[in-house]
Amino acid sequence: MAIEIEKPSSVRLSKVAISKTHGEDSPYFAGWKAYDENPYDEIHNQSGVIQMGLAENQVSFDLLEKYLEEHHEVSSWGKGAPGFRENALFQDYHGLKSFRQAMANFMEQIRGGKAKFDPDRIVLTAGATAANELLTFILADPGDVLLVPTPYYPGFDRDLRWRTGVKIVPIHCNSSNNFQITPEALEAAYQSAESMDLKVRGVLITNPSNPLGSTIQSSVLNDILDFAVHKNIHLVSDEIYSGSTFSPSEFVSIAEILRNRNYKDAERVHIVYSLSKDLGLPGFRVGTIYSYNDDVVTTARRMSSFTLISSQTQHLLACMLSNHEFTQNYIKTNRERLNKRYDMIIQGLKKAGIECLKGNAGLFCWMNLSPLLNEPTRQGELELWNIILNQVKLNISPGSSCHCSEPGWFRVCFANMSEQTLRVALQRIHKFMEQRKVCSVNQ
Amino acid sequence: MTQTRYYRTRSPEPEKEKTGGGGGTAMRVIVPLQGVVQGRGGLVLGSIIPCALFYFLQFYLKRNRDDPDDKNESNSTSQNPTIRSPSSEHLTELPGLTRSLSRALLSPRNSGPVSISARVSGIVKGGDSPYYMGLKRVKEDPYDELDNPNGVIQLGLAENKLSLDLVKDWLAENAREAILGNGKELSVSGIAPYQPFDGLMEFKVAVAGFMSQVMENAVSFNPSQMVLTAGATPAIEILSFCLADTGNAFLVPTPYYPGFDRDVKWRTGVEIIHVPCRSAENFHLSIAALDRSFNQAKKRGLKVRGVIISNPSNPVGNLLNRETLYSLLDFAREKNIHIISNEILAGSTHGNEEFVSMAEIVDQEDTDRKRVHIVYGLSKDLSLPGFRVGVIYTFNEDVLAAARKLSRFSATSAPTQRLLISMLSDTKFVRTFITTNRERLQRMYVQLVAGLEKMGIKSIKSSGGFYCWADMSGFISSYSEKGEVELWDKLLNIGKVNVTPGSCCHCIEPGWFRFCFATLTEKDIPVVMERIQKVLKPVN
Repeated sequence: MAIEIEKPSSVRLSKVAISKTHGEDSPYFAGWKAYDENPYDEIHNQSGVIQMGLAENQVSFDLLEKYLEEHHEVSSWGKGAPGFRENALFQDYHGLKSFRQAMANFMEQIRGGKAKFDPDRIVLTAGATAANELLTFILADPGDVLLVPTPYYPGFDRDLRWRTGVKIVPIHCNSSNNFQITPEALEAAYQSAESMDLKVRGVLITNPSNPLGSTIQSSVLNDILDFAVHKNIHLVSDEIYSGSTFSPSEFVSIAEILRNRNYKDAERVHIVYSLSKDLGLPGFRVGTIYSYNDDVVTTARRMSSFTLISSQTQHLLACMLSNHEFTQNYIKTNRERLNKRYDMIIQGLKKAGIECLKGNAGLFCWMNLSPLLNEPTRQGELELWNIILNQVKLNISPGSSCHCSEPGWFRVCFANMSEQTLRVALQRIHKFMEQRKVCSVNQ
Repeated sequence: MTQTRYYRTRSPEPEKEKTGGGGGTAMRVIVPLQGVVQGRGGLVLGSIIPCALFYFLQFYLKRNRDDPDDKNESNSTSQNPTIRSPSSEHLTELPGLTRSLSRALLSPRNSGPVSISARVSGIVKGGDSPYYMGLKRVKEDPYDELDNPNGVIQLGLAENKLSLDLVKDWLAENAREAILGNGKELSVSGIAPYQPFDGLMEFKVAVAGFMSQVMENAVSFNPSQMVLTAGATPAIEILSFCLADTGNAFLVPTPYYPGFDRDVKWRTGVEIIHVPCRSAENFHLSIAALDRSFNQAKKRGLKVRGVIISNPSNPVGNLLNRETLYSLLDFAREKNIHIISNEILAGSTHGNEEFVSMAEIVDQEDTDRKRVHIVYGLSKDLSLPGFRVGVIYTFNEDVLAAARKLSRFSATSAPTQRLLISMLSDTKFVRTFITTNRERLQRMYVQLVAGLEKMGIKSIKSSGGFYCWADMSGFISSYSEKGEVELWDKLLNIGKVNVTPGSCCHCIEPGWFRFCFATLTEKDIPVVMERIQKVLKPVN
């Protein structure tokens, strides 16, 4: 054994700094690395890796550009820059009133007016990532638990747990009922936490769901709320994809459920929203917490000092989102385009012999490749994922990084590329499936 | 730094009952009543009558209870008060009745309203310190030379309005191009998609250049060692998370910026140990005092992980000289701890003293860079606190890696970065701005200090920042925090002048006040002096 040479003691970092809870060593992120090293380009690198692991919405950029072109005063305060001084100095954690009003209106429009939002209950954060972490700090103490239905967005492992010290206990869902959340699954998760002597503080759902790409039914939402009431815990509804439902009538927000109940039990409900997905502006860093609980609103506001939205960005968006004509048109057109993309990918996959979960929202589909697995295990899934990444050159997200209890499911994003690129991706999948058929026939 | 809600944090209270009376009290009333009634009407009446009485009591109380008023939370522009939570407007059953019945049926877990975490429940009730109350008063009744000549004059906010016109003019000419134009055509794809959370490289290059210019090119900053954050507030918090565990401590010389209590301690669970600086030494940092505090902490079983210095300092406004910085580095090396150097006001120096950055010190000392981390931002030097641009600059690869990942919770906004890339790359503009800004700061500082001096109020010689640190101990009724706060109150409510009392900054000597001058115009100064004079009555 080698002799250990003692290095001069280097100055130590904290447990948070050296912990791996950020989860960035998982396959979900490793795929991104492969993409970064060899990115597909329509012209310059046609054999590169196509990124289908990033839930970004690029289908409606032109609408944004058109607006900004026609209203350039919103990005520069116009001639003489009136209002600039106040804006430059504005760091009030309440946020610009006009912006909060515009956000409330936008959220109402998305829900077809079926829910009302009070601008004074909106707390602004630099992105939904910050909003989810902030709520976790407020609702739970270190060592406490949040129940989260699987499969879930891999980023939650980091956002809900890393600095907060809070744990996630999964609510297991499976394909037998299209991965819907059941009262039995909720209870089982709760008992599981109890048996580990852990205190459950809340349930966090994503509606529409990531990675499933489907909305949660009204009856299920009622069950979840009843469960939260019964256990006297919080309910966080991350509705970041609410504007990305293909048909407006199919999305039911927890806000509507509350309205139907005359807001009884509302003080335990908190909604997270953001412009990163619906408006395709993740770079702007705009997130919100909408809470029916006064103490949570007060505390979240104060805590938002760590994650304020640039006043310049607030000003720009306040103007844009107050333009009713723009928002109506955007919401409608964006939905149509996403729907078209979704149909395109579903048809393409079907032709290749691949089934997906029936979806109605989001920027991705939930693809079932379990028939292709060598073995019905996580290992089998990762082996298949590796082949798809390195041979087919597609970066898709394996269900295991979303904590799916059934191996073989993959999330495939379709809105972060041009239609042409999507066609290329579908061709590659088709070819891959053909080759496998040939191989199995020849065996 | 964001204007701080300075609040005294109380020890967290778990599971606070919020309904009037509360379930426990209710039972104490109902049970004996049951006994009384049981004598005649039996168990049924014995339960129903007291419950009905209780129901009506709750109803009455609910009607007349005050709403929690959220007016107290704003920190600059006026906001509407929070409306009552919808649940209280639409109640068909009252919580008191439902719970006292249901408690008998359900498991004990369903006890009272849903609670928030212990780590923040103390914060909810806080917010009544002089610092924050003063800001509120100004907002309610702001001075205006023409429209409100009897309003409250703001000297409690470390904001710089003196040179905003320069920035505004630049923007009026260049902004649109700057945000969207990339030289060719209008494109949103440059700013809309996901960007690296720790900032665009182009922006880091521009900020590194700006930092260098601001520090008179005495040192150059490497953009690859930077992590950009949404303001200096999260920069400090992220460093606190990276360098210390819950229960560990930082040494911080007092008086210090009140926001540190929130930034360093709140969510991290890290402690601050005060290292008192005294007027006898003009509030300069003493290594001996640091050493004493370190040893005391050790005896208490507290693990010290670093020292946080501000240079230029807030609220005093003095600079740390080269010798002190070297001694500080020696101290940190000896104890094997970190140094966080908050240099957010480096560009707001005025006067003749030389500003030396910690970066310059470690530039020459090859060893020990790993323990030094610098915080910067554009809120003070460029007067753009609203735009949320903060910087963590570190020589430590591991801190860099961790901070980069943590910056996702506090990232700068892409369109703002684009705008500022153009502005900061305009080196001619930057040069003019820095020079003009310094001249204006110097002018205001001199006038303010002279005005105070005439009234017998001496201040510490300051070479940086937007304020002067003045000794009003001769004018307080008792040499204590109480006396100091009384004077603060008189200045605010009689003199109609908002200043910051030293106790908010944990100053160990009572009677010191911070007067900010960069939100004033030259015309305001004589008005301020007149009003202070009105209030002062020397104590013999």
